Amino acid sequence: MSRRARLMFFAVAAAALAVTLGVGLAGLPSFGSQVSAYARMLNEVSGRQRHVTDVVSAITFDYRGIDTLFEEFILLGAVTGISVLLRPLSDETRQLPEDKAPDRGIPPPSPAVWLLAVFLSSLLVLTGLETVTHGTLTPGGGFQGGVILASALYVVYLGTNYRTVERYQPDALLESSDGVGAFGYVFIGLLGLMAGDVFLTNVVGLGVTGNPISGGIIPLLNLTVGLEVAGGFAILASEFLDQTAVIRTKTGPR
Amino acid sequence: MSEVIIAVALIWVAASGTAVVLTRDPLRQAFVAGFFGLGLAFLYLSMQAGDVALSQIVVGAIALPLIVLLAMAKVRKDRE
Amino acid sequence: MSVLAYGVVAWLFLVGIYGVVTSRNLIHLVVCVSVAQSATDVLLLEIGYRNGGHAPVFVDLPAHPGPAVDAVMQALALTDVVVGAAVTALLMALAVQVHKRAGTLDPDELRATRE
Repeated sequence: MSRRARLMFFAVAAAALAVTLGVGLAGLPSFGSQVSAYARMLNEVSGRQRHVTDVVSAITFDYRGIDTLFEEFILLGAVTGISVLLRPLSDETRQLPEDKAPDRGIPPPSPAVWLLAVFLSSLLVLTGLETVTHGTLTPGGGFQGGVILASALYVVYLGTNYRTVERYQPDALLESSDGVGAFGYVFIGLLGLMAGDVFLTNVVGLGVTGNPISGGIIPLLNLTVGLEVAGGFAILASEFLDQTAVIRTKTGPR
Repeated sequence: MSEVIIAVALIWVAASGTAVVLTRDPLRQAFVAGFFGLGLAFLYLSMQAGDVALSQIVVGAIALPLIVLLAMAKVRKDRE
Repeated sequence: MSVLAYGVVAWLFLVGIYGVVTSRNLIHLVVCVSVAQSATDVLLLEIGYRNGGHAPVFVDLPAHPGPAVDAVMQALALTDVVVGAAVTALLMALAVQVHKRAGTLDPDELRATRE
């Protein structure tokens, strides 16, 4: 199909899609007029039932916890797929990182940059942990905090070089934190079954509303998700970094 | 008042989203996409969704630009 | 306001698809997919918004805070944002791999080089 024909085809399809979307969206209640009865009820009861102040966490990890379980496995699947896709192929080799190669010396970063990276990455670890652990009280939680934790590694790379990252980045630990996070969620769900109730029942003591440790399984699930997301995004970044920094196609005919 | 803020955020998102698509050079697009992500986070915040705004900030500011830039660096090195 | 709010959703989705159709570079194409995907999040949050509503976080509120916005929609959009980023990364890994095998990122040239 030529570009012109494709654009014509798109114009027709997009017009049809726009009409369909328009009809569908016009049938929605007007913007800001009402929220669903389900949400009103949950806003009302979740503080009393689950001893949390952030209703979004209560829904993500308790009332609709099974959805989050599947979302987590989509994440695990995507990270696994990236690892498989970006592995060194048979016609590729791992070469010395370019910033250490003898013919292309890049000056090492100054101590000031290095210090800044160390400071910034420890600050990011602290912020990430704070976000993960306070998910039941204020906006935040495992998904957001996990990405912040993973970004601490990126900062080390920015401030130093590939060698340092490789030394301080234990691959086995990252991979196991990804897996342990994903299956920890399932395990905490099984606790409900062991207590003789349904999967993902909140069987742990609920604690006092407003305390950092309250809400039963919700902070625990936040921790497992934080572990999984941090591990997943760190693996994801290191796979791409490996591709850029060290993996080279072997020269000569294939 | 909050309606005005939301309207401004909506227009910002629509305009910057269009700019992301129309910027054909991936390197420039990464920067425009950052601006689009910031607009989305601002829109979510103005609609009282703090949790979603936080995840949009971490993804839009950290994860997405990093992946785009690393993929481009890889492609560029292969071409050398 | 309704027209603007829902119009932006439809616009974002269509403009993202337009970018996918006309893209000459797979990296550009993947970012366009993420633009189209963000339309879903915007729509979810718009359905859950309520005029004058406060965030569904019940800390340090005044005595009569009024209604809260829909937390269910926020929970749906929250996980979608992070998982969407991982899926974008997966697509980007495919693009890198395509470039290795075919030596090009242009979808049109890909069709021509296939044997």
